[in-house]
Amino acid sequence: MTTATLPTRRDEAWRYADMDGVARLGVAALDQWQLIDVAAGDSVTRCMVVGSDAPELHRFRVTLGEGARAAFFVTNRGANYTRVEIEVRLAKGAHFEFGGVTIGGGSATREFVTQVVHAEPEATSNQTIRAVHWNTGIGNFLGEIKVARHAQKTDAAQDFKGLLLEAGASANAVPQLEIFADDVKCAHGATVGALDEGARFYMMARGLDPAAAQRLLVQAFIGDAFVSLDDEAEREALLDTALSALEGAQL
Amino acid sequence: MLTITDLHATVGGGDNPKPILKGLTLHVPAGEIHAIMGPNGAGKSTLSNVLGGKPGYEVTGGSVEFRGQDLLALDPHERAAAGLFLGFQYPVEIPGVSNVQFLREALNSQRKARGEEPLSGGEFLKLAKEKAALLKMDMDMLKRQVNVGFSGGEKKRAEMVQMGILDPAFAVLDETDSGLDIDALRIVGAGINSIMRAPDKAVLLITHYQRLLDVVKPDKVSILADGRIVETGGPELALRLEAEGYDSVMA
Ligand SMILES: Nc1ncnc2c1ncn2[C@@H]1O[C@H](COP(=O)(O)OP(=O)(O)OP(=O)(O)O)[C@@H](O)[C@H]1O
Ligand SMILES: [Mg+2]
Repeated sequence: MTTATLPTRRDEAWRYADMDGVARLGVAALDQWQLIDVAAGDSVTRCMVVGSDAPELHRFRVTLGEGARAAFFVTNRGANYTRVEIEVRLAKGAHFEFGGVTIGGGSATREFVTQVVHAEPEATSNQTIRAVHWNTGIGNFLGEIKVARHAQKTDAAQDFKGLLLEAGASANAVPQLEIFADDVKCAHGATVGALDEGARFYMMARGLDPAAAQRLLVQAFIGDAFVSLDDEAEREALLDTALSALEGAQL
Repeated sequence: MLTITDLHATVGGGDNPKPILKGLTLHVPAGEIHAIMGPNGAGKSTLSNVLGGKPGYEVTGGSVEFRGQDLLALDPHERAAAGLFLGFQYPVEIPGVSNVQFLREALNSQRKARGEEPLSGGEFLKLAKEKAALLKMDMDMLKRQVNVGFSGGEKKRAEMVQMGILDPAFAVLDETDSGLDIDALRIVGAGINSIMRAPDKAVLLITHYQRLLDVVKPDKVSILADGRIVETGGPELALRLEAEGYDSVMA
């Protein structure tokens, strides 16, 4: 299968994309899907740091067998358009876990796009996305959840929080739910705010300089995305690369 | 140690800043514990916040000299490193950050600013344990997130543990006694004495009640009303206030 043409912003999943970045990626890049099949009862965890000076696109198609589990933890710190897409299909009793952080200034767009298909009953999914931006940086999360007609007892959650360190930055969340079963739990939340000035002053009053106070508050904010990652070394690595992107950010 | 001269300050920005401190003069030498009492809304917390450098408060006149330096020229974290500690009337909750991490970073930032070596993790924990024990606070509380889920009294006790760890030269304690039960009041009072009663230290103790002063025994007591110090005396002034109330004492 080839994608004959580039997508446009009229395509729902590309609504907030950086179209110049998409054009530079080209049609060929759009056909690059990484396929991950997790057999019944098996478990897969992927930890990734993505983003560089050039546009990047990372596309995953994940198929989870009965009772299988896939977990993705991603720090997206691109200095240019950086998009991570994950399509997941869950069989009975499978679980999909996603923790994602977009962080950065400049004018780049970083985004996560997920499509989680609960195709059979009793599968669960949990997605936690945190976006921290400054200058005119942009963070997006487009999260589509589809629950098939017979996929009863589905439990799907997605939680997005954006933290904007400057007025010019932005964070967008587009939850999209298509639910055809009736006995389903589907929770989604999205908030965008600024740094807690009260907490920042409290920290400074105890001696932390403005950069250290900001770093600690951002660490606490993005930490949510990686709490369900058990491997401490991996978790530290994802957090540290995210926080190192903060150096030079607006205070 | 602290000399406040004809201090004027406003609160609330925008087009309509409200004058709160209206020519406040006060001298607190080393070795002294100086209690400040005064009616609600008189400007006691405002004084504390102005001394700490909280954003939103503007000094419109006067000066504050602290240990030979112009205090008002320093940023909040520099004031802390210079030896100033603010005990908050309403301590701030910081979700996602543990007391241990917060205080260790705070202490080491202060030490760095003073050209001292940082404490190692082990050294810090030993110090923290010692100070928690002094305030009879369970070490488990220190592992929890800063003030999150703490009761009103626990927050005040935690403030004093922080003070013990940071070991300031000068503490401004804003209603540290409010919210404390009878036993906690004695423990906190004794903690203040043990941490701050020294010839080279001093305290500004803001309170509404005699009961803390029974334990801490101030050298001087001043009444702050309508943004000024209107009367200064010895410990007997607090007893008179307790017996007669502000109206009759200030009449
Ligand atoms: N952000 C603000 N905007 C406008 N007015 C304010 C603001 N903050 C405080 N004030 C006012 O400033 C005055 C002094 O407040 P402050 O908190 O210093 O009083 P206080 O002496 O500490 O009182 P209390 O004993 O009740 O703690 C009050 O009238 C209060 O309403
Ligand atoms: Mg007050």
